[in-house]
Amino acid sequence: MVDASAKVLAACKPLTRREMAKRLADDIPEGWYVNLGIGAPLQVADNVPVEREVILHSENGVLGMGPAPAPDKINRWLINAGKQYITLRTGGCYMHHTDSFALIRGGHLDLSVLGAFQVAENGDVANWSTSDNESAPAVGGAMDLAAGARNLWVLMDHMTKTGESRLVRRCTYPLTALGVVKRVYTNLAVLDVTDDGFAVREMVSGLTVDALQDVTDAPVQVSSVPT
Amino acid sequence: MINKIVQTMADAMAGIRDGAVVLVGGFGSIGQPNALIEGLIEQGAKDLTIVANNSGVGHLGLAKLLETGHVRKIVCSFPRTSDPVVFEKLWREGRIELEIVPQGTISERMRAAGAGIPAFYTATAVGTKLAEGKEEREIKGRRYLLEEALYGDVALIEAWEADRWGNLTYRSSARNFNPIMATAAQLTIVQTQHLVELGELDPERIVTPGIYVNRVLHVPYGEPTVT
Repeated sequence: MVDASAKVLAACKPLTRREMAKRLADDIPEGWYVNLGIGAPLQVADNVPVEREVILHSENGVLGMGPAPAPDKINRWLINAGKQYITLRTGGCYMHHTDSFALIRGGHLDLSVLGAFQVAENGDVANWSTSDNESAPAVGGAMDLAAGARNLWVLMDHMTKTGESRLVRRCTYPLTALGVVKRVYTNLAVLDVTDDGFAVREMVSGLTVDALQDVTDAPVQVSSVPT
Repeated sequence: MINKIVQTMADAMAGIRDGAVVLVGGFGSIGQPNALIEGLIEQGAKDLTIVANNSGVGHLGLAKLLETGHVRKIVCSFPRTSDPVVFEKLWREGRIELEIVPQGTISERMRAAGAGIPAFYTATAVGTKLAEGKEEREIKGRRYLLEEALYGDVALIEAWEADRWGNLTYRSSARNFNPIMATAAQLTIVQTQHLVELGELDPERIVTPGIYVNRVLHVPYGEPTVT
C-alpha cells in the first residue's frame, strides 16, 4: 500500500486542502444550514460565494457565521468553534449552548462537515481519538454533530502521512458515530457511502479507478449516480 | 427590597466548600468569568470538581485554578484548547481526574438539572467508548443512551449587563454555557461588565431571569485578550 501510494500520487494531481474545501463547498445547495467542524472543514466557509445563501452554524451559539473580520473590526466576544475571530452576517443571531446543540441533536442541520482519521465502508467514522497519544482525549461536539445532522460529509486526506488508507473496511480507531457518513471528499476523489460500500463520484485528473483502489483499503466501485 | 449585588469578592465567594461541584461558564476564554475564578483561588476551597467546556488556556483563569491545586476532577468536552499546558501536565502526572462528555450532552445534562429532569435519552455517543457503562434503549427503531442530569453546587457566570434582581444579558458568543449553568446550580454567582438600574434592561432582551441568580459582582473586566 505504501509503495502504491507514492506511485499513485506521482501519477495524478492530488487536491490541496483549499481545493478540497472548494470542491466540497461547490456541492452545498443554497438554503442549507451547515455546521463546519474544526480544522480543514472551517476552510469551506471561505469557498461558499456570498450570493449563495448558505447559513453557517458554529456550535458555540452562532447561526449565520460570516468570514473573518478585518484586523481593526474584531469583536473580541465573537469566535467560532476553532476559537478564531469571526463576524456575524446580516440575519445572523446568537443562542446559548444548549439551544445550539438542540438544533444539532434535533436534526435541524442539513449538513455537518467533519474532518476524520478514518471512515469505514459502512459509514462509521472515527475522528476524536487515536488512543495512542499521551494527550487527553477531546471529543468536543463531534459525536453530537455526527449523530444529529441530516447529512454528514467528511473532508480528509485519502491516506495518512505514512501512506495508510483512511477509507477502511472497519475503523480501527475509537468511533465517533456508527453508520452516519454519507459522502467523503478526499484529495483524490469524491465518494458516496452506499449500502454497497464506497462508490466513486469523481476522481482527480490522471487517476484511474484501479489506481484509486490500490490506495484504498475498502473496495471502491464506480457510482451509478450521475455526477 | 431584593438586592443581589455584593460589594466585595469575599462576599461573592462566601460559603463555597471543599469538594464542591463548580460549573464555570465560557467557551475557551470567551465568556469565562476570570475574575470570579481568581476570587475562588483566593477563597481557597479545595478538592473541587470543575465542569467547563475546556480546561484553560495558558496560565490564566481556569488554567490558574488547576495550576494552584484546587481541582480534583474536571468534567469537560474538549480539554485541548489552543494552549492547555497546565492541564496536559497535570494529566500526564496523573494528578487530575478527567470525565470526557460530548459537548451537547454536557450542556443538555445541565439543562436537565435546571429543569427538574433527572435523566434523558440521547443518540449522541451510541456505540462509542463514551457509551461504556451507560444504559441503552431502543425507541422507535433507534438506539439511545440514558444520560443523567448534571447538578452544580456553584455556578460562576460572566454576564454583559446585570441589575439588582440578577436579570442578565450576554455579549455575542460569550453567552455560550453561561445561561444554562446559571439554572443548574444551587448558588449562582455572576460577574458583570455593566451594572444597570432595575428597569433599564428591555424585558425582550433579558436572557437569564433573575430567579436563577444569587449574587452579582460588578467587575468591569474589559475586553478578553485571548480566545
